[in-house]
Amino acid sequence: MARLREVALRVWGCASPPQAFSAGQLGLPELSILAMWRAYRLRLRRRAFLVRALRKRREIRVVADRSAGIAKGAILAFVTVRNEALRLPYFLQHYRKLGVDHFLFVDNASTDGTTDLLAAQPDVSLWSTGAGYKAARFGLDWLTGLMWRHGAGHWCLTLDADELLVYPYCETRPLRALTERLASEGRQSFGAMMLDLYPKGALDAQIYQPGQDPLEVLPWFDSGNYVVQVQPRMRNLWIQGGVRARAFFAAEPRRAPTLNKVPLIFWRRGYAYVNSTHAALPPHLNAVFSETGGELLSGILLHTKFLPVVVEKSAEERERREHFANSAFYESYYAGVMASPDLWCPASRRYDGWRQLEALGLMSRGGWV
Amino acid sequence: MSVGFVMLCHTALDRAAEVARHWAERDCPVVIHVDRRVERPAYDGLMAALADLGNVRFSGRYACEWGTWGIVAATQEAATLMLREFAEVRHVYLASGSCLPLRPVEELRRYLDSRPRTDFIESVTTSDVGWTVGGLNLERFTLRFPFSWRKRRRIFDWYVRFQRRIGFCRKVPAGLVPHLGSQWWCLTRQTLSAILESPDRAETDRYFRRVWIPDESYFQTMVRLYSTNVESRSLTLSKFDYQGKPHIFYDDHLQLLRRSDCFVARKIWPQADKLYDTFLHNAGGGQPAAEPNPGKIDRLFSKAVERRIKGRAGLYMQSRFPNENWENGRTAAPYSVLEGFSEVFENFEVWLGKVAGTRAHGHLFAPDRVEFAGNETVFSGALSDSAALRDYAPKNFLSNLIWNTRGERQCFQFGPNDRQDCSWFMACDPNAQISVISGAWAIPLFHSNQNFSDIRREAARLQKIEADHIGILRSHYAKARIRIWTLAEFVENPMEPLQSIVDEISPRSARRLTEAPRLADLKGFGQFLQNLRNQGMQPVLMGDFPTGEDPTPATTRRRRPYLVK
Repeated sequence: MARLREVALRVWGCASPPQAFSAGQLGLPELSILAMWRAYRLRLRRRAFLVRALRKRREIRVVADRSAGIAKGAILAFVTVRNEALRLPYFLQHYRKLGVDHFLFVDNASTDGTTDLLAAQPDVSLWSTGAGYKAARFGLDWLTGLMWRHGAGHWCLTLDADELLVYPYCETRPLRALTERLASEGRQSFGAMMLDLYPKGALDAQIYQPGQDPLEVLPWFDSGNYVVQVQPRMRNLWIQGGVRARAFFAAEPRRAPTLNKVPLIFWRRGYAYVNSTHAALPPHLNAVFSETGGELLSGILLHTKFLPVVVEKSAEERERREHFANSAFYESYYAGVMASPDLWCPASRRYDGWRQLEALGLMSRGGWV
Repeated sequence: MSVGFVMLCHTALDRAAEVARHWAERDCPVVIHVDRRVERPAYDGLMAALADLGNVRFSGRYACEWGTWGIVAATQEAATLMLREFAEVRHVYLASGSCLPLRPVEELRRYLDSRPRTDFIESVTTSDVGWTVGGLNLERFTLRFPFSWRKRRRIFDWYVRFQRRIGFCRKVPAGLVPHLGSQWWCLTRQTLSAILESPDRAETDRYFRRVWIPDESYFQTMVRLYSTNVESRSLTLSKFDYQGKPHIFYDDHLQLLRRSDCFVARKIWPQADKLYDTFLHNAGGGQPAAEPNPGKIDRLFSKAVERRIKGRAGLYMQSRFPNENWENGRTAAPYSVLEGFSEVFENFEVWLGKVAGTRAHGHLFAPDRVEFAGNETVFSGALSDSAALRDYAPKNFLSNLIWNTRGERQCFQFGPNDRQDCSWFMACDPNAQISVISGAWAIPLFHSNQNFSDIRREAARLQKIEADHIGILRSHYAKARIRIWTLAEFVENPMEPLQSIVDEISPRSARRLTEAPRLADLKGFGQFLQNLRNQGMQPVLMGDFPTGEDPTPATTRRRRPYLVK
């Protein structure tokens, strides 16, 4: 009987895959009938996402469509926003400097002038919707629809308005140099972990002006308390930790926000993000890490969530219950943020450019010189 | 006498035109070959851009797929054209469309004028090259390669394997000794014309047509037949990454390129405006005529390859997540795990910190909180002292701690009361130095004020955990430096082990210990163990403690080391 079971396990794969591999446990992908079945399930899942996205295209209404100006080989940025008039001026400036050629925004019922601000930009195409953010898989359905139409054959960044990408040599080499490097390595995706930035002192005691570099207000970050695991189903990373785990999830680390992202992909029709930009399908897009000890080229998304507005925004988000699949679990998190704590500690590091992040091992230049 | 440039171009033709103009305007004839796969309008644009220059020619176009004969054919034709059209040319320099001259043409001309008979071409016998990526050395010359490597990789590989299995071997034409080397050379008219006008050329060409990557071997091999003076190095700076692809130079490489003192560099990113502006338009000069020395910048590139292939030891992050045994070092630096010491000695951590000049942690894996040195709540790298955060991913916690404190030796206490998740991880980590006083956990029990039945139960539990742990340490998988003493052994002579531990932690302070930490009070401990035995629990890990007779440290004074005078 035991022998039979052993044979069955070998053919079918193990009964239930572990939820996450920790460092040093990641095995080779298995070859079995069950593994093939799982791969097929992922394919179905991806298609379901696409069908959803195509259906939800009706929810968005065009405000300013300048997508006809997208040239061959242009680098595109796809963003969903809601009331981000404060962050957007610097956001646009940052990515224009990096060499994004065209921005495609979906505005989810902003009331603070975001719509007008974006509609006036020459390199922005804007759609708007009043539909539910959570019901659209946190905006992904809308973006997937747009990417299906405009993204195929381009390197596409998928971002939030509070994320600023840095990568090795970013102050001297534009995104095009990066994408060419990735292409020459045979890669189609680029990983960038979110790094939460915070101020010294109470969150709402800071002052931020639109257009200002957020790093002047939020220069601090946690440098070495990240938990890296890999989820075997799609072999995607699962990184948690940082200041939010330290300050708000010390009692329940499993619930701490996911930090790994794959924001830059050479898009083809049929690709889909699964869960924000944390993972994508087909699964080979998640292979942004080396399993053999080497380092791949990777970047960092500087996360400017903790600008002073976070305190009032948290109150609003908590009311709307649109930001987490299981909003009830995050009550104490919102309460924590709304109390406007001081996240700084003596071990915090002050941001000092990409070379510092690279030296700290938060990102890597791989073999790029 | 002059130097002429043969340029092989296939992309970024506008940049190629700039470079060609630079050379042509400085009286160096240029022959340009453009890949046949480049579209006609682009080609016409290039011709038009250079139409005003009298000393620029375009040679017949061949399709140059990487690794195939086309590149050599193109080179041959362009070189023939150069020799025929420009009689004053003495050296022919082979360059590509993405090359950039780093030093003024004048310097190159002077350099070549003082070496009128020298052929600069890297040319190494197949058995001596270390750089071929993919493993084909001599087999490049003895197998056939009819399938495209780029487009039909599988068939290519399969056919190579097939030929190996059946023992297929092409005959190298008599007189040829296969040599390999960089594709970018600078040959004299004499040598080059001898190669091109050789009576056997038809035959050798037929042979090389089926050789793998002939552009790296054709001229390199032929030059050995005709040249009197081969200088086996390339004047072109060209660096290759771990995949064998050329590194691309960007604007931020300006200083690096200057420092190399090479004449020409490849390959330059077409959008690197600053590089093109600097080197093509503001001819700096003024620098002493140094010998080209790409070795000066080698370190940077070899480090990059190492970073890509081996990575940084002990780092687990978003783009480095090694499988088991591929870690290249589980942790970043050596650390010491001390088990039982804080039970045997009073205030051991403070003492150790003082003696070894480092911060010694308490029990990092204590069940209630992480006991960082100095009772800090947040340690280096913003590691929190929350036990829940640590226990969520204990191995990450440990590897993070060691990574965050590179350069500062970490020591911490460990014991059966702690979370044991990291036992295997530490035991298999060559960086760990684990020193165990087995059975020391009994001392706090001995001093505690609990009911004896509780003590007995607790003792049984701890003994079980420690026995398992020691089992792990003694397993043949263990790679850590491990030392285990029983409590009885240790108490008899504590100084010797302490000395060796302190020496390990701070090897440079080769100082003999003068002051021992204070031993815990062990009066009546033997009786305590006997009581445990009487209650049916067998304490085995402490070693031999005679009942009734209390152990005394053999000496309070240090024995003098044996000195030979």
